[in-house]
Amino acid sequence: MSITAKANALWEYANPRKFLATSERVLPFFWITSAVCLVVGLTWGFFFTPDDYKQGSTVKIIYLHVPASLMAINCWLMMLATSLVWLVRRHHVSALAARAAAPIGIVMTLISLATGAIWGQPMWGTWWAWDPRLTSFLILFLFYLGYVALWEAIEDPDTAADLTSVLCLVGSVFALLSRYAVNFWNQGLHQGASVMRAAAVTGADTEEKVSNIYFYPLLLCIVGFVLLFIALVFYRTGTEIRARRIKALLARERVSG
Amino acid sequence: MIALLLRDLKLAFRAGGGFGLGLAFFLIVTVLVPFSVGPQSSLLSTIAPGVLWLGALLACLLSLDRLLALDWEDGSLDLLATAPLPLESVVTIKALAHWLTTGLPLVLAAPFLGVLLNLPAPGFSWLVISLLLGTPAMSVIGTFGAALTVGLKRGGLLLSLLVLPLYVPTLIFGAEVARRGAAGMETQTPLLMLAGITAATVALLPFASAAVLRINLR
Repeated sequence: MSITAKANALWEYANPRKFLATSERVLPFFWITSAVCLVVGLTWGFFFTPDDYKQGSTVKIIYLHVPASLMAINCWLMMLATSLVWLVRRHHVSALAARAAAPIGIVMTLISLATGAIWGQPMWGTWWAWDPRLTSFLILFLFYLGYVALWEAIEDPDTAADLTSVLCLVGSVFALLSRYAVNFWNQGLHQGASVMRAAAVTGADTEEKVSNIYFYPLLLCIVGFVLLFIALVFYRTGTEIRARRIKALLARERVSG
Repeated sequence: MIALLLRDLKLAFRAGGGFGLGLAFFLIVTVLVPFSVGPQSSLLSTIAPGVLWLGALLACLLSLDRLLALDWEDGSLDLLATAPLPLESVVTIKALAHWLTTGLPLVLAAPFLGVLLNLPAPGFSWLVISLLLGTPAMSVIGTFGAALTVGLKRGGLLLSLLVLPLYVPTLIFGAEVARRGAAGMETQTPLLMLAGITAATVALLPFASAAVLRINLR
């Protein structure tokens, strides 16, 4: 199969019927694997890893905190990609997927902020600090709120999809700008990236490296969160498609009756 | 373009309300701050740059929903969209008119309100410079928000939810310039960043605003 044929195969899923059929076929797989990963990863992490020598058992909140934070950011990236696809190729499924993902992103951001606060209380002695990472997550949360609010406020679905897509593009630039602006504005309490970093994984940097004992269950939890996110997005996009079909059917009925 | 600018300015001056309201709001916010945090002059002088920046930002936000809504209601926005002038220029002129009627008066009023808040002497010039640089960005970003919400019945509250997060970088760097200036520290880095943000938003955001406006006028 050539590359163009493969690319065309991807665009076939812009057809809602095709999308629904395929997503329904693969959904059980995503639900089950994510459940298995999360159950095994969380049980392993919570009960079968030793306490950290400095942090005690509070370190175990990492199994929720890190995956949720990752997904909170990746969810916005996914919305950015689908918004671009909508603006360029005008596939409705794409716009609906962005709409379906936003509330999941809100929840992930909230989980990340909440677990961060619960972790920060014993470790830093405070629930909240105006640290760059914490602050930029709060700003990301505000962006999500604005995005969802704009979707809800506009009645015409195509206009809403267009406007929210532009907002997503502009918002991404400003979110990135804010991320580095807050870096400038205050010094951090939060440690740097210590999981997915070359020096930390190869063991060159032992100071902030996450030990392998914690890393494997964490990896499992991350995979579980990714799969859960995919499953939720598929599921919610399917709901959005059906909701729009119902709306169309009702409108048709009103016209004919 | 100049005719449009003059028209917008005339409307702002003559139609009453809009022009003075932002200034009055700025004044009231500044007056209310000592009531809420107490009248100790040492405390007031530390928070003065930040409070003045926040007050200017909110005053700017307050006037945004009138920016395009009036033209939308009486249909002149449709005329402007079909005029030979590109919509990007229309949006830029609108932002410029907004800045001349809201941003510039705020900049000019800020030093007088700084006196009320015991702003340290070296802070005055930096406050004016930072506001002068930052308020155009606020007008342009605000125009984008106004263009997003122009067709909505109750766009006002949504507008602030959409625009305030976009104001974060401008506010951080602007207030930092004013704060450092008041404390007598070097201000070059945040000043350059603020200037960069303003230049980039003025150059790029009108395209996004015009695109959004076209969608809304469809």
